[in-house]
Amino acid sequence: MKIIALVKQVPDTGGERKLDASGLLDRDASERIIDEINERSLEVALSYKDTNKQTEVVLVSMGPADATSTLRKGLSMGADSAIHIVDDSLAGSDAVRTSAVLAAALKDTGFDLVVAGNESTDGRGGVVPAMLAERLGVAQLTHLNSVELSEGSVSGIRSTDNGTLTAHAQLPAVISITEIAAEPRFPNFKGIMTAKKKPVTVLSLADLGVETAAAQSVVVSATARPARAAGKKVIDDGNAATELAEFLAAERLI
Amino acid sequence: MSKVLVLIEVSQGAIANTAVGLLAAASRLGEPIAVLAAKPGTDLAAQLGALGAAQVYLAETDQAGELLVTPEVDALASAVEALQPAAVLLANSPDGRDTAARLAVRTAGALLVDAVDVKLDGQRVVATHSVFGGAYAVDAAVEGGLAIVTIRQGAIEGKAEPASGTVTTIPLTVDGSASAAIDEVNAATEASSRPELRGATRVVSGGRGLGSGEAFELVEQLADALGAAVGASRAAVDAGYVPQTHQVGQTGITVSPQLYVALGISGAIQHRAGMQTAKTIVAINKDEDAPIFDIADFGIVGDIFTIVPKLIDEINARAH
Ligand SMILES: Cc1cc2nc3c(=O)[nH]c(=O)nc-3n(C[C@H](O)[C@H](O)[C@H](O)COP(=O)(O)OP(=O)(O)OC[C@H]3O[C@@H](n4cnc5c(N)ncnc54)[C@H](O)[C@@H]3O)c2cc1C
Ligand SMILES: Nc1ncnc2c1ncn2[C@@H]1O[C@H](COP(=O)(O)O)[C@@H](O)[C@H]1O
Repeated sequence: MKIIALVKQVPDTGGERKLDASGLLDRDASERIIDEINERSLEVALSYKDTNKQTEVVLVSMGPADATSTLRKGLSMGADSAIHIVDDSLAGSDAVRTSAVLAAALKDTGFDLVVAGNESTDGRGGVVPAMLAERLGVAQLTHLNSVELSEGSVSGIRSTDNGTLTAHAQLPAVISITEIAAEPRFPNFKGIMTAKKKPVTVLSLADLGVETAAAQSVVVSATARPARAAGKKVIDDGNAATELAEFLAAERLI
Repeated sequence: MSKVLVLIEVSQGAIANTAVGLLAAASRLGEPIAVLAAKPGTDLAAQLGALGAAQVYLAETDQAGELLVTPEVDALASAVEALQPAAVLLANSPDGRDTAARLAVRTAGALLVDAVDVKLDGQRVVATHSVFGGAYAVDAAVEGGLAIVTIRQGAIEGKAEPASGTVTTIPLTVDGSASAAIDEVNAATEASSRPELRGATRVVSGGRGLGSGEAFELVEQLADALGAAVGASRAAVDAGYVPQTHQVGQTGITVSPQLYVALGISGAIQHRAGMQTAKTIVAINKDEDAPIFDIADFGIVGDIFTIVPKLIDEINARAH
C-alpha cells in the first residue's frame, strides 16, 4: 500500500504568534516546526507500516524552502521518502489553492491513502483534506478519533459536534485524524542517521502545472486587539474564597 | 435582494440548533434560502420558515444520513446552479466544513472559515474572524467567485424574522461510489443537565492540578453552583479525567463566556487561545508564577482543594 502523509510546517505555538500588516502569518515571529498534528497523522501511517512491511510512506509538504527540516523530522520517524513543493508564488496561498497544488502532486505520485491532520495549527482551516478528496475524486473520511486500516478500505470513529459516528470508505481515500488518534513516536538514532540518505524530491509550480484559481479569499483588514491586563491577585490566607465570592457578587456573577 | 443559501444540518432526526444563527446571519446579507438534504417524506422543511427562511430548497434522496456529507454537497451544488446565490453559509462543524470545502472546489468559489460575523460591504460579503484566540480581528472577503462561509457555532446572536418558507422539493440522485458511508451514529452519551460548553455564558474548567478523575468532581460541583458548563485543559483530557469533548483551547473548543474559572490550569498559550476573550477570568492555582494569572481578573494563589469547597459554600449561602 502507498500512503501519502501530508505534513505542514507551522510556527511553534509555544511562542506568541503574529500577523503582519497584510493579515498574513508573520513567519519570522516564531520558530517553525512540524505541525504536532502531523506527527500524529504520520504515526497512523507508520504504525500500519510496522505490521505491513510492504507499505510505502511518502511525505508531501507544500511550504517555504526551510520546510526541509520538517521533512527530515518525518523521515527520521520512519517515512520512506518526501516530496517538497516550493515556489515563491505560493506564499500566502489560501486553502483552495493549496489543495489544487497538493492534488496535482498527488495525481502524479499516485496513492492508496492520504493521511492528514484535521486542522493545521496555524491555518486552523480544517478544509484542505476534503478539498483534496473532491479534486481527486475519492472518498473523504475526516476528523477520525481512531483509524482501522486494511488492504482495501479504511474505517474509523469520527468526532462530530454532538457525539461520534462510525463510518467507512473504500480506498483510495483521504482521511484526517484528530489529536487523540495517535501518540507520535520519537525518532531513534538509526532513524535520524538514515533520514539523511532518504530521497527528497523538490518540485516547483512549473513542474506541477497548476492553473491559478479565478476566485480567492482576500484579507480586507487585520486589527490587533489590546492585550489583556492582569487584574487582582491574592495569596490565600484562609480568606480568599470569601474575597472571590465578594468579587463575583460585585460583578453580578452570583 | 441577492439570495443567500444556508445549509441546514440534521442531527438525530431534528434540525440542528445551528440553523437559527445561520439564518439570522443570512437575513443580514440578503434573502435567506434554507437548503436541506433529506430522505423522501421527512417532515422537517416546514419548520424552516419560522426560523427565517424565505424559501426552502429541499433535495430529497435516500442517501441522506447514509453517506458522509456527499448528499449535502450535491444538494448545495444543485441549489447554487439553480439559484445563483451571492453567498453560501454553513456551520463551522466537522460536517459543515467538509461540505463547504468540497463545494468550494466544485463551484470554483472561495472559502472563508470560522467567521464570527458577516456583513455586506457594497455587494461584497465580508466575514470577520477572531484569530489566535482573539488576539486579532481579521476581515476577509472573496474576489472573483462565490463566497462560501462557515460560521462559528454560537457566534451569531439573535434570530431572523419569521418568513414564508416556501418549499421547493427536488429529487436528488447521489453517486455514492466515491463517498464514505455512515455505519452508526452515537450521540454523546452524557445526558447532562449542565449547559453545553460551546456557546456557554459561564464555564468552570479544570486542569492537571485536579490530579484524578474523582477529584475532577470538584470542578463539576463549582460549575453546578454557578450554573456553568464544564471545561478542561488538554492535560486533564489526556490524563482521562474528562472526555475530549470538554477540551478548551487551540485544538479544542473556543469559548467566550461572561465568566471563565480556571482551576489547577497553568494557562499555556494553547489553552489561553480558547478562552482569553472571556469577559471575566478567575484563576486558582498554587503556583504564583503560573501564566494564567497574567490574564486573570481575579487570581488566587492557593490550593483548589481548600478554596473551592469554601467558595461553593459562599455561593450557596448567597443564593439563599
Ligand atoms: C499543538 C498543541 C495544541 C494544544 N492544544 C491545547 C488545547 O486545545 N487546550 C489545552 O488546554 N492545551 C493544549 N495544549 C497543551 C498545552 O500546551 C498544555 O500542556 C496544557 O494546557 C496544560 O494543561 P494544565 O494547565 O492542566 O496542566 P499543567 O501545565 O501541568 O498545569 C497544572 C497546574 O495546576 C496547578 N496545581 C496543581 N495542583 C494544584 C492544587 N492543588 N491547587 C491549585 N493549583 C494546582 C499547578 O501549579 C499547575 O500550574 C496543546 C499543546 C500543543 C503542542
Ligand atoms: N501546505 C501544506 N502542505 C502539506 N499538507 C498540508 C498543507 N496544508 C494543509 N495540509 C494538510 O491538511 C491538514 C489540514 O490543514 P488545514 O486545512 O490547513 O487546517 C494538515 O494537518 C495537513 O495534513
